[in-house]
Amino acid sequence: MSIHKGRGFATINYPIGMNLGGDPSQALVHSNPDGKFGVALSSIDLGQGMKQVTRQIAAETLGVPVEDVYVDTADSDTGPHCMGSFASRGTHRVGNAVIQAAKEARSVMLEAAAEELEVNAADLETDGKGNIFVRGAPSRSISTGEACGAAQFKQGKTVSGRGIFLIPLSDVDPETGEMTPVSCYAHAALVVDIEVDDETGEVDVKQMNSAYEVGRALNPRMVEQQLVGGAWMGMSHALWETTEPYYPERTHGPADFNQYLMPGPGDIAPHDIAILERPAPDGPYGGKGPGEMCANPVLPAVANAVFNAVGVRIDELPITPEKVLRGIKANGGARPQGQR
Amino acid sequence: MSKKPVQFTLNGESKAVFVDDGQNLLDVLRRGVGDLSPKYGCGQGTCGACTVLIDGEAHLSCLTLAETVEGRSLSSTGGLAQGAELHPLQDAFMRHFAAQCGFCTSGMLMAAKSLLDRNPNPSRDDVVEAISGNICRCTGYEPIIEAILDAAQNGAGRRSA
Amino acid sequence: MSVEFRKELFADERDDNLNEIGKGTQRQDALGHVTGRSPYFDDHLFDGLLQIRCVRSPHHHARIRSVDFSQAANMPGVVKVIRPDDVPNNFNTLLSLLNFGRDDEALLSSKKVSYVGEPVLAIIASSDRQARDAVAAVKVDWEVLPHVLDVEEALKPDAPVVNEVYPNNSFDYHEKYDHQKLRYGDVETAFAQADKIIEGRYQMSPIEQAPVETNGAIAAPETNDRFVCYTSTQALFFSLGTAGKLLNVSSNRLHFIGGTVGGGFGGKVDSLVEPMAILGCMLTGKPCRFVWDREEEMQVGAPRGAERWYLKDGVMNDGRIIARQFTGYFDAGAYTRLSSYAIIKCTGHLPGPYHIPNVKSDVYCVFTNRTPATAMRGFGVTGVDFAIECQMDKIAHEVGMNPVEFRILNAYRDGDMKAHRREAKNCALIECAQVAAEKANWPIREEFKQASSMVGGGGERAAIPHTVTDEDGKIGDRRAGRSGGGRTRTIAPSSPAPAPAAYTPPPPPVPPPAAPSPAAQQPSYAHPAAAPAYQPSAAPASQPATPEAPPPAAPAPTPVPAAPSPESSPPSARPVNRPGYSRFASNSGFRRR
Repeated sequence: MSIHKGRGFATINYPIGMNLGGDPSQALVHSNPDGKFGVALSSIDLGQGMKQVTRQIAAETLGVPVEDVYVDTADSDTGPHCMGSFASRGTHRVGNAVIQAAKEARSVMLEAAAEELEVNAADLETDGKGNIFVRGAPSRSISTGEACGAAQFKQGKTVSGRGIFLIPLSDVDPETGEMTPVSCYAHAALVVDIEVDDETGEVDVKQMNSAYEVGRALNPRMVEQQLVGGAWMGMSHALWETTEPYYPERTHGPADFNQYLMPGPGDIAPHDIAILERPAPDGPYGGKGPGEMCANPVLPAVANAVFNAVGVRIDELPITPEKVLRGIKANGGARPQGQR
Repeated sequence: MSKKPVQFTLNGESKAVFVDDGQNLLDVLRRGVGDLSPKYGCGQGTCGACTVLIDGEAHLSCLTLAETVEGRSLSSTGGLAQGAELHPLQDAFMRHFAAQCGFCTSGMLMAAKSLLDRNPNPSRDDVVEAISGNICRCTGYEPIIEAILDAAQNGAGRRSA
Repeated sequence: MSVEFRKELFADERDDNLNEIGKGTQRQDALGHVTGRSPYFDDHLFDGLLQIRCVRSPHHHARIRSVDFSQAANMPGVVKVIRPDDVPNNFNTLLSLLNFGRDDEALLSSKKVSYVGEPVLAIIASSDRQARDAVAAVKVDWEVLPHVLDVEEALKPDAPVVNEVYPNNSFDYHEKYDHQKLRYGDVETAFAQADKIIEGRYQMSPIEQAPVETNGAIAAPETNDRFVCYTSTQALFFSLGTAGKLLNVSSNRLHFIGGTVGGGFGGKVDSLVEPMAILGCMLTGKPCRFVWDREEEMQVGAPRGAERWYLKDGVMNDGRIIARQFTGYFDAGAYTRLSSYAIIKCTGHLPGPYHIPNVKSDVYCVFTNRTPATAMRGFGVTGVDFAIECQMDKIAHEVGMNPVEFRILNAYRDGDMKAHRREAKNCALIECAQVAAEKANWPIREEFKQASSMVGGGGERAAIPHTVTDEDGKIGDRRAGRSGGGRTRTIAPSSPAPAPAAYTPPPPPVPPPAAPSPAAQQPSYAHPAAAPAYQPSAAPASQPATPEAPPPAAPAPTPVPAAPSPESSPPSARPVNRPGYSRFASNSGFRRR
């Protein structure tokens, strides 16, 4: 018995935004007279961070501190239409809708401030800390709360805005497949180092090194959450998971987490990540959507590393010890392919 | 179906409820006394989302018969903070961004608290073992492990109850 | 674990001095999560809440002769039995909300089941245990039918019909073909000119989304004859629209509340629990809860479907890929759900993030007697990316190149034309490859370190090539045993490009390797499943070479390396919407039909 080291590589890109369009999302933004803003959506936060990312987008666009914005999402009575959080459309579609709504609300807030300061609204700026001031004359200022209060009680204005982001539906040519499938692409490359036990067929992931290009990282900590967790899921898909271990046979289907295998906290591998940010021209502040694509490079990279380690091509997921062992046996033993 | 009275303390408050034959503790906590912090993830004892402490020890409430907690002292994530002050574990989970969907978080916190209460200076391996019965599908576990180790360094285990 | 931001890359395309964007601010929901107070769908308490459980098929494929629930209906705690007839509009397909595809699935099936776990009846009882006991007491008389589980078996003329709405066991595209085509350039001519042909077969088994919170919904009567529904959905208006359609209820009588979900990963789009919970509420006037247990989540809840891929690449000795051909089979299971759409997304993704001047793809959405498949993280892409990247590793090995350099050599760049006939922009594959290799201390040569996504693309690489099309795979031909149309034609390029007959591979963006890299000296690959060397006289090119896998295909199209035929016109001149196309024929959005 011996342990063989292997190294594998893969690169991928991933389409961001519901492919083919025709599927807009809406957002509504409004303030109370204290200058505290609500963003009403019907989009779903299933852990990816929809509430926080739209909150930051709204705050940035409005020019107010993030604490002054609260996102209320997914009540169909109050949140305007959104089909859902899937196909990496959340940040891209909803984020753009929030920008449009926040811009409209901001313009009313600045108009109200302009009336109070007796200046032209076009000459006003926000400092992002809750103040509106005259460009070049920072002493002439009013707080966002005062402006919103004046709008409500003195001027009779609603500091509010509506947003929708629609990419028109793309036709698909039946003959050639010509289409406009997506808005932009995220990218990734990943190197994985593994060890293969040629007696048991077990593959042990030792290290991942990756580079993910995600557009602008709108919230770097949440991007990190996605990439760390997503790569874990990729590793899990590569080596553990399936509901049908002998597909296409339906036998041996797992019914619980004892049978449905995933790497636990003791099975995880160190992962060193580099994040690249090439802003998407049509993404909200250049953001793309790192959530879906981050698992994808891990699967082939692990398969390629197994070949490098023992000379066996496993072309069927998941790469179970049984498959590795059968491959090694068929080859008459492990055939390491040389250090990379 | 007969009902049986059961009394216990939950997060320091005494509770008295009627439970059905065979009713599990998770159901009683959630629907009987209204503590929604333990979660249903599998009902089979394989995900850990329902973890609560019974006399300081981590238990899977979905596999615990409610009538067996008669007279015992339970704690859950719902009672982890003292007023507005977060427990060091909660604080560390926030600082390490150790929750995404948040559904496993409650069970993770209970598993971690059980560890730190008996071992204030755990190794990484100790932490891994303590949460090895808890499934997280979002984070890849690393931020959770780091948060627990960080909380231990901040004295979470030396803090009473 | 470490995370670094490589701010020096693409720095001139960003303003890094924004107030809130780019900051690692605490999540709005974090405090709720760590205190156990975040309100998931099940965290809403109702007095007298009823529980729903389903009677499910134990067979892959069976006719329902009769259902006897007389005993179950009288068991303790049972409040109501929901029969298929109780569903006001018991036929739907999820994507009807996007005007895509035909209704093909019942909420409760009454005549036939096509997968293990398919629901035929639901029981509403006072407790979950009582509902389970009653489910066990329902007697169904099944007539077991022959079933098919393999995608390629399902496409044979004599295969059992899985889904009567699609009697050929494949989804109908554009009311014309039994698959989605991609045709770009002329792969046959390019294969003939390639130095090497490399083929592969790849398979991804079904994968469960496995969110820790299972699918579930609680519905309750609300004021003004409305229904409130607390739901785990990750698609609020998909679920609301689907419930409205199945239950024939106006959308403004439905009040859906969600948005805080215990993980989804694609497994909470299908909108199966919400209509059932609301229907229970409509029938009983009481709050009803329908939650899948973990076994249902794993085996009845739709997984990421299996995919099978055959790839064939034509490669030059210097490592440039000049042609790539795909045949793909998505295993949709018994009903369409979202698989049909994923194939379109997948087709637009091919041939992966590389500049390949000739690409051909045929992808089938196949019905089999298994749990319907649905979305999962990376839907439509994860499976084919596995195939592409394993294939890339094999090619690099065959041509003796460093796998990182090989990716950079073939990477798409700004300005390149992609196979779906749109120009690439905002590319960053090369930079990712460079940075990942650097982090892993995997040496690459200087010219590959200097390569850039922003340089070397476009120009000749932006031209749409002469394209050979065909009419193979018309709906029904395969089932009827007819071969494909066989008619081929050539579509002219949008701008001057080399005629196919005089085709030469485009110049590489970086100098090709002068000498074999160290990889070439590695022991030769000897696994028995290795792709066989290409034989020009072998099976038709559209068929995979792997012996156990005959595809349903017709003979390969005859290449027409001639000048553009007169009836063709540049893509840009063709109409956007054509009469007779069911696919995206309507721009009307999400109107319910």
